[in-house]
Amino acid sequence: MTEALLALWDGAFGSSYAIWSATLVRSAPLLLLGLGVALAFRAGVLNIGAEGQFLMGAISATAIAQSMGGTVPSIVMIPVMALVGALAGASWAGIAAWLRQRFGVLEVISTIMLNFIALASISWMVRGPLQEPTRIYPQSAEIPGPAQWPFLIPGQRLHLGFVIGLLACGIAWVVLTRTAIGFRIRAVGASPSAATSAGGIAVAGTVLRVFLVSGACAGLAGAAEVGGVTWALYEGISPGYGYTAIAVALLARLHPGWIIVSAIFFGALEAGASAMQRDAGIPSVVVQVIVALVILGVLAGSQRRVIAGAATLGAEGRR
Amino acid sequence: MSTEPVGVDPRDQEALALEGITVRFGSVTALEGAHCTIRRGTVHAILGENGAGKSTLMRAAFGWLTPDAGTIRVHGAPVRFQSSADAIAQGIGMVHQHFMLIPAMTVTENIALGGQGRFDASTTAARIAEVARKTGLPVDPTARVRDLAISAQQRVEIIKALVREAQILILDEPTAVLTPDQATELLRWVRSFADAGGTVALITHKLREAFTVADYITVLRQGRTVVSAARLALSESHVIEALTGTGTGTGVTPASVEASTVGPTIRIADLATERRMVDHIADAPVLRLDGVSYVDARGVTRLRAVDLAIHPGEILGVIGVEGSGPRELLRILAGRLAPTSGRVTRPDAVGFVPEDRLHDAVIPTFSLTENLALAEGGHARGWMDWSRWWGVTRDLLATADVRAVGPDIPMATLSGGNQQRFVMARERRRATAALIVENPTRGLDLNASARILADLRTFGGNPRPAVVFHSTDLDEVLSVATRVVVCFDGHVAEVQSPLDPNDRTPYTRAMTGSDGAGDVISAERR
Amino acid sequence: MDALLIPFLDATIRTATPLAYAALGEVVTERSGVINIGLEGIIIAGCLGGLIAAGAGGPTVGFLGGALAGLLMAALFALFVLRLKADAIITGTALTLLGLGLTGTVYRGVFGLEGAALGTPSIAPIALPGLSSLPLVGPVFFTQTVMTYLLYLLVPLLAWWLARTHTGLALRAIGESRTAAHAAGIAVDRIRWGAILFGGVMGGLCGATLVLGQVGTFTEGMSAGRGFIAIAIVVLGRWRVVGTALAALLFGGAFALQYLLQAVGWALPYQLFLALPYLLTLVMLAALRGRAEAPAELASHEG
Repeated sequence: MTEALLALWDGAFGSSYAIWSATLVRSAPLLLLGLGVALAFRAGVLNIGAEGQFLMGAISATAIAQSMGGTVPSIVMIPVMALVGALAGASWAGIAAWLRQRFGVLEVISTIMLNFIALASISWMVRGPLQEPTRIYPQSAEIPGPAQWPFLIPGQRLHLGFVIGLLACGIAWVVLTRTAIGFRIRAVGASPSAATSAGGIAVAGTVLRVFLVSGACAGLAGAAEVGGVTWALYEGISPGYGYTAIAVALLARLHPGWIIVSAIFFGALEAGASAMQRDAGIPSVVVQVIVALVILGVLAGSQRRVIAGAATLGAEGRR
Repeated sequence: MSTEPVGVDPRDQEALALEGITVRFGSVTALEGAHCTIRRGTVHAILGENGAGKSTLMRAAFGWLTPDAGTIRVHGAPVRFQSSADAIAQGIGMVHQHFMLIPAMTVTENIALGGQGRFDASTTAARIAEVARKTGLPVDPTARVRDLAISAQQRVEIIKALVREAQILILDEPTAVLTPDQATELLRWVRSFADAGGTVALITHKLREAFTVADYITVLRQGRTVVSAARLALSESHVIEALTGTGTGTGVTPASVEASTVGPTIRIADLATERRMVDHIADAPVLRLDGVSYVDARGVTRLRAVDLAIHPGEILGVIGVEGSGPRELLRILAGRLAPTSGRVTRPDAVGFVPEDRLHDAVIPTFSLTENLALAEGGHARGWMDWSRWWGVTRDLLATADVRAVGPDIPMATLSGGNQQRFVMARERRRATAALIVENPTRGLDLNASARILADLRTFGGNPRPAVVFHSTDLDEVLSVATRVVVCFDGHVAEVQSPLDPNDRTPYTRAMTGSDGAGDVISAERR
Repeated sequence: MDALLIPFLDATIRTATPLAYAALGEVVTERSGVINIGLEGIIIAGCLGGLIAAGAGGPTVGFLGGALAGLLMAALFALFVLRLKADAIITGTALTLLGLGLTGTVYRGVFGLEGAALGTPSIAPIALPGLSSLPLVGPVFFTQTVMTYLLYLLVPLLAWWLARTHTGLALRAIGESRTAAHAAGIAVDRIRWGAILFGGVMGGLCGATLVLGQVGTFTEGMSAGRGFIAIAIVVLGRWRVVGTALAALLFGGAFALQYLLQAVGWALPYQLFLALPYLLTLVMLAALRGRAEAPAELASHEG
């Protein structure tokens, strides 16, 4: 037991490599994914489909990087990958948003179905159109050099995606607290009826936009994972990041600032768990158990509703 | 109990006795040693203002909540109810103010609820038909409840209790949802039920009802029993004094309470004059409906070719029972509902105070500042200037006399009256042209209600805004309105003020249809 | 023609059986006004519970083990939703993650990294004497496992219970209006506990059937979204028992189509068939727009 915990700690924080090349690298996708989930929950949208949106972002970013080839400079390539990834994630979420608004399909179910469809898509991609040239392994070829996102610290694997995640959280915090759009998102999430009746807020439009932005965050995370970490597409590119993101968002109480802390916590957990499996033979799926227990713990510890209703920034919005 | 002396009229024996009942919700004490003894074969009115504890006391008697202290006896034997099932087993039935029926189910299924073992629809239906015949309460056992009119649903509720062999009926504000004629009919039935040996506890805030039908009256105020005696031993002024706590000195005069049970500071006699005064303001209307019809999502026609013009400075009172159209009329005027056909002419600056405050008007978890800003949430652009909103909120709290610690506290921490004053002030702030107000006193106590009604009458501005005001309480409407229209079956018609300002018959007539109240039953199946 | 059709229909019934267990359990849960999105976690727990218990005591014990695992998961859900008043959707999501994570961990803990023994006890189809020799119908409906035959009994029984007993009536009433049911003296929470636990047992049986009657072994994440598909089946079945059983058949057909089309030698990528049940779910949910017949209390959980 002690051995396992030591391995966990060492894997997460035991060395500068553990911190900068394991924990924070794993936190990078969780920042964007957790933020996307939190924004959606804020507006009363139960987007459980971050996993699928992440995968679609990863597929699209790989495809665009491969098709643009090695001659396009990074300064063009990286923004294009990010944009395409975000658009792919937003479109994937858009299907669920459309199904909700046009047909009243519960987004909890539709986003999960879309997760499975995304998994089938990636499975096909790495054996079909995007498979590496030798056609032996179920994965894509390595993306060209200019498409590989820069590392932040020499000798460490922390990449640009982490900074983008931090920025996104900061921007989201300012938008939610200081702008009219953010106010509308919070109002719609807290009380759709009052937002409509008293505020004249177009609930459907607000919900749709937040749903798309939420998907874009997840898609961007997928692009960043391909560009910054794996440099190739393969089936197991996400160890369930999209589901961990739900715990990230809930533990942060849907607050963009706390998402940074919460994402690093779960990043450390993921990093530590791989080390634990390697060094102490404890299966790393135990992380999923911890994720579930964290969600249940947050639910048990809160008298108020975690999503929507209680999601007000309260007096912060004043000054 | 064997202490009853032999030879006493059996009607004097107690059916339901409540003694020293204390109920606390957290730090709030709803009942403090309340008591009342209901005798077999009598109608016992439980009077009190909103929040006095009438419903809480009766819920305790029905096993819906367990009192923190006190004893309950049924037919002399002490009981401890764990749930309403226990009370039902003891022969107690309750008809709640908001009906406890399941719209998607049939009358039979609704009445069979709570039974054991096999459920045989035809046997239950036969039993319902039998009870209905015996008690003179017609219902169709196979109808779905959602297809029944309110008064028919109420009969289902009563039969539900009687099928379970309830000897003690608790009726919670039963006439609130009825037209005046239906109410009279119900009270007549209540009387006959008691005369046949049944026992009725009638919760009401209407003095008139208590004095018309009851044998005994218990008055609750602030969770305590202040009067409990035979009706013949009580005078109306005595009861009014008990209800309001003081006979004099609060600006609440007994006479005005009698005229208008909720709007005590305003007497109908004063109003006729004002109604005449604004009659000639009729210049260009601010709000106008031409041939407006509305069919709801279930295909029911709620409004039929309504023509209506509303002028600046007038207070248009809208009367009509639930379901007859006032709700839709107000929402169309407020721009919250698009008519199915017809033309609506309305300016942008229309405020709306909806009935369900906490659901439709405010966000309870948001601060007061945020709730004020909500009014412009739909068309705000760019940055939110929160410091400006904070200042505006502070000023609004002062001018509208909303009692709150400050603009930062959550809306949920305000009392109902202060929340409503906040909403009214917010809507008034944007409503330079017209203000639409729906049942603003719902759930408020006497004083808070009176202040809301007074606010409505004194809105200033140049030109003064038009006010459209609907309340389920006719007296409230008459105490405020300068002109009255009635909704009946989707038609909207003006009611001519009677010569005698205290004469209510033209209004009650109009609410049941222009050709009188002869045919209530046939109009019921919608 | 029969050479293709009969195996296809046979596979349809076989794959529909576990789906029907989960969906029928969910019908009862949802009719009480609670949606259990955690059904996926319950099913996977039933899979592993079934595998371990069957290894210890044979198939019958295996089904008991699966049911018990489902029951425990459902109890956790009920504890959070009914006792702690937590949000049902979020709790259900956590339950799914817990089920997937816990089974993965326990499985590797018990069987090591190389996986379960291949000799998992399983149940074989039983040809019912007489009935199984009917043309078409015989090999399709009456050459199945005992779990399918139990369903033939369970469906009418459950339908009768919902319509013709007071407990069934009470359950439906709670799903429509908990306050009205409460006022009628119905013990709302007790019945909801019962409904959720029943859903858990049925979900657990779904998992056990998957392992012992269909796949023959356990793999991580083998529930593969069946919990969510079952929820869609309930919608398609209009929250009615017989309708849900028929809807389960349709989805069984979607799974079985993989075998049929592969047998025909269709050249499409097999991932398309993998995705088919999920696509069908989305299409069906969209086609059944409007939830007029959904229990009214469910709406309080739906966005």
